[in-house]
Amino acid sequence: MKSIAQTPDYPLIESAADRLRAASGRPLVDITETALHAGELSLADLQISAETLRAQAAVARRAGYSRLAANLLRAAELTAVPNAEVLRIYERLRPGRASYAELLALADTLEFHYHAPECAGLVRAAAVVYRERGLSQM
Amino acid sequence: MDTLATDTSLPKSRRFQILEQRDINRETFVEPWPEAGLIVADGPSDPQPSLRVDAGRVVELDGRSRAKFDALDFFIADHSLDLAVAEQSMALPSLQIARQLVDITTPRAEILRLAGGCTPAKLVDIVRHMNVLEMMMGLAKMRARRTPANQAHVTNRCEHPALLAADAAEAALRGFAEIETTVGVARYAPFNALAILVGSQAGRGGVLTQCSVEEALGLKLAMKGLTSYAETLSVYGTERAFVDGDDTPWSKAFLSAAYASRGVKIRFTSGAGSEALMGHAEGYSMLYLEARCLLVTHGAGSQGVQNGSISCIALPESLPGGVRAVLAENLLAAMLGLEVASGNDALASHSAIRKTAKLMLQFIPGTDFIFSGYSAIPKRDNLFGGGNFDAEDFDDYNVLQRDMQVDGGTRPITEEQALAVRLQAARAIQAVYAELGFPLISEAEVEAAVVAHSSEDMPARDVVADLAAADQFLAGDQTILAVVRALHQRGFPQVAAHLLEMGRQRVAGDYLQPAAIFDHRFRVLSAINDPNDYAGPGSGYRLSEQRWQELQHLPQVKSPRDFIADQVGVPSTKLAELGPAGPRTQPEVVVAVGPAFGTALTRTITGLAHDDVLAAILTGIASEGLVARIVKVYRSSDCAAIGHLGAQLSGSGIAIGLQSRGTTIIHKRGLARLNNLELFPQSPSLTLETYQAIGRNAARYALGKTTTPVPVQVDNWARLRLIVKTALLHRRETEQVQDRPPMELRFDWEPDV
Repeated sequence: MKSIAQTPDYPLIESAADRLRAASGRPLVDITETALHAGELSLADLQISAETLRAQAAVARRAGYSRLAANLLRAAELTAVPNAEVLRIYERLRPGRASYAELLALADTLEFHYHAPECAGLVRAAAVVYRERGLSQM
Repeated sequence: MDTLATDTSLPKSRRFQILEQRDINRETFVEPWPEAGLIVADGPSDPQPSLRVDAGRVVELDGRSRAKFDALDFFIADHSLDLAVAEQSMALPSLQIARQLVDITTPRAEILRLAGGCTPAKLVDIVRHMNVLEMMMGLAKMRARRTPANQAHVTNRCEHPALLAADAAEAALRGFAEIETTVGVARYAPFNALAILVGSQAGRGGVLTQCSVEEALGLKLAMKGLTSYAETLSVYGTERAFVDGDDTPWSKAFLSAAYASRGVKIRFTSGAGSEALMGHAEGYSMLYLEARCLLVTHGAGSQGVQNGSISCIALPESLPGGVRAVLAENLLAAMLGLEVASGNDALASHSAIRKTAKLMLQFIPGTDFIFSGYSAIPKRDNLFGGGNFDAEDFDDYNVLQRDMQVDGGTRPITEEQALAVRLQAARAIQAVYAELGFPLISEAEVEAAVVAHSSEDMPARDVVADLAAADQFLAGDQTILAVVRALHQRGFPQVAAHLLEMGRQRVAGDYLQPAAIFDHRFRVLSAINDPNDYAGPGSGYRLSEQRWQELQHLPQVKSPRDFIADQVGVPSTKLAELGPAGPRTQPEVVVAVGPAFGTALTRTITGLAHDDVLAAILTGIASEGLVARIVKVYRSSDCAAIGHLGAQLSGSGIAIGLQSRGTTIIHKRGLARLNNLELFPQSPSLTLETYQAIGRNAARYALGKTTTPVPVQVDNWARLRLIVKTALLHRRETEQVQDRPPMELRFDWEPDV
């Protein structure tokens, strides 16, 4: 099966209807009323997958929206991070919440635990500026 | 004695008193004060554009060296600017880029490329050269999505779920592509989000919805599947304002990735005046700070922004050039490739003239969302402080679209259609509440919501019970899937199918692309598959024939064909043609009538029977002891021509010309055709008493008596009210024009003496 990321014709729901999968792995074609009635669907079946986000990033980049594409790649990484953890990381990135060292540790967690190098890069960049501008926790 | 000099106070001008009371003078107007940030553009402290790059790293940005960068400078330098093009962009004269913006031979893509390499000061320097017309041209070209659209606000003071659902359904039916709600009490958030989700999908499948709340709570709602977009990601143009907003550019960038990771479309928010309002403008102009916001938004990877001052709009509007600057910030956002939801939401003016004039700057060029929240509810129910245009302006807005052949993103609907979707939506949310064990929504509440205009029309609910249930819903495991199941089980398969399709679309993520919306068949329209390709006349978005038909068929529109049915009756039996009318010499007044008089038309525009009008005129003539001769003119339907011809025939030289719609003239032989003794052009103001007075005056002129002109009421609104009818009556009279000599008429009437 071809990866959707290689042929990101837009909209994906038309060009890749048979290949798209939810975050749970359930194929899009199996997200139906029948499945719902059978009690087969969970919330993860209505969540976007990392692979689809990467395909959308490719669509955005090809159309010239490179900053959006980078954001969608960070989003792809964050699909692996649980809701509570996402909320926690966001909270830590707010001004005055974390020290320089804590932010670097957070970046490491993102990179090595969640395999989210792009997000880790963002947090490391923040750590440096926060220290420079007094936005770290004192 | 000179009263002006001796009075202790100036006399009061009646006109200035009236002006003082006008709506426009309820506004506050102030002089610029740059130190306080009260200047919209070109502030004396605003930096000159500059950029120095060393070994791939920005070392100077708009006159500030890297050592002195604040957090925004760092973010813009390291994440926003496209250094591959920056050297070229910064070297190009700003005036040249400004001209390219309005030059139809420069495509949008070229401007996007150049703008990507512009610093904030450079962006401001480009639009500095442009007037509002040029900015509108630029916006028409730079808007991301070819098809313009609109967003609605749906909230209400009592946060009533059935009313929220019904109003969301009606807004969806009216064509809004996105619907935004918020809360009075934050704990209502999950319920309000749910109500507009269910309501909107009952109105039209594919409407995107959001609930504007604190960032972390907003993310939780998105994670539960209750919202499909978020635009509460506020950014500010100075570091201190940003920190007061409890965020940094990096935390916002992370948040935007977090939303996207849950399949939620995001849009940042910024706009002129927010920094000044927060006391952190640092002496810079609003437009320069907004340019910084927009570069942060761009660098964070947001697909779009809502700007155009938003909730601060009254602040730039208190200053000179404020409305132009707000348009300039819309344009800057579009130049950066951002979807623009272009403001027009918060109350901006007391004056209907001013608010509408301002709207035109976005309405005419079209933006991705002309309003970042048209209040689809009465403004007193708007919890955003919105309502510059509200539910009471719906018909006005529809007429503006019809007048200008402009797609403003909404459509006219009938009362019947509105009631049907409101009922469906109120019943659907009632079913969801019942099935999920929330405090029940009664039949009475549903019925009230269907016909309600505002929350004042709604019965009260148990706030404590609702909030407790909302807390439980937010904390618990129930998600959007439980809602879809509930809708199925309670007999709302269509609404359930729409909700499930929204979930499937979330899996595909097509609506994460710039400026994405869905049409009623869930087909995505975005800058990717519906890119704005405006390149001058005949290109870009044009109304399709179908859309134009939809916009012009307001429910209020009538067929003009039966407009004059009341004036077409059974021909008068009192009037009979005797034979050709020749000139006479004995004392008389000729009453010359139009070719349709008493035959093709039988009543004047106000419904006076022609027989009665004639009787009144003859009574007036008889009261002066004179006789009248009635002549029908066939060669013209023009009032002056009819009177003029009558005067040539009249023994006294005096004639009354009378058109069938009632317009009357007193003419005299020897006067030029377009001259007259008295003219009564406003037929709607004429009564039988007036006609009698006209008859008497004509007789007095014939007898050479001193005559005071007949006083008439002047009603300038009559023309406005009756102009279609006037045109059709004249058309019918003109249809009777024939190449025949004037004919004398016998009128079966005796003076009432």
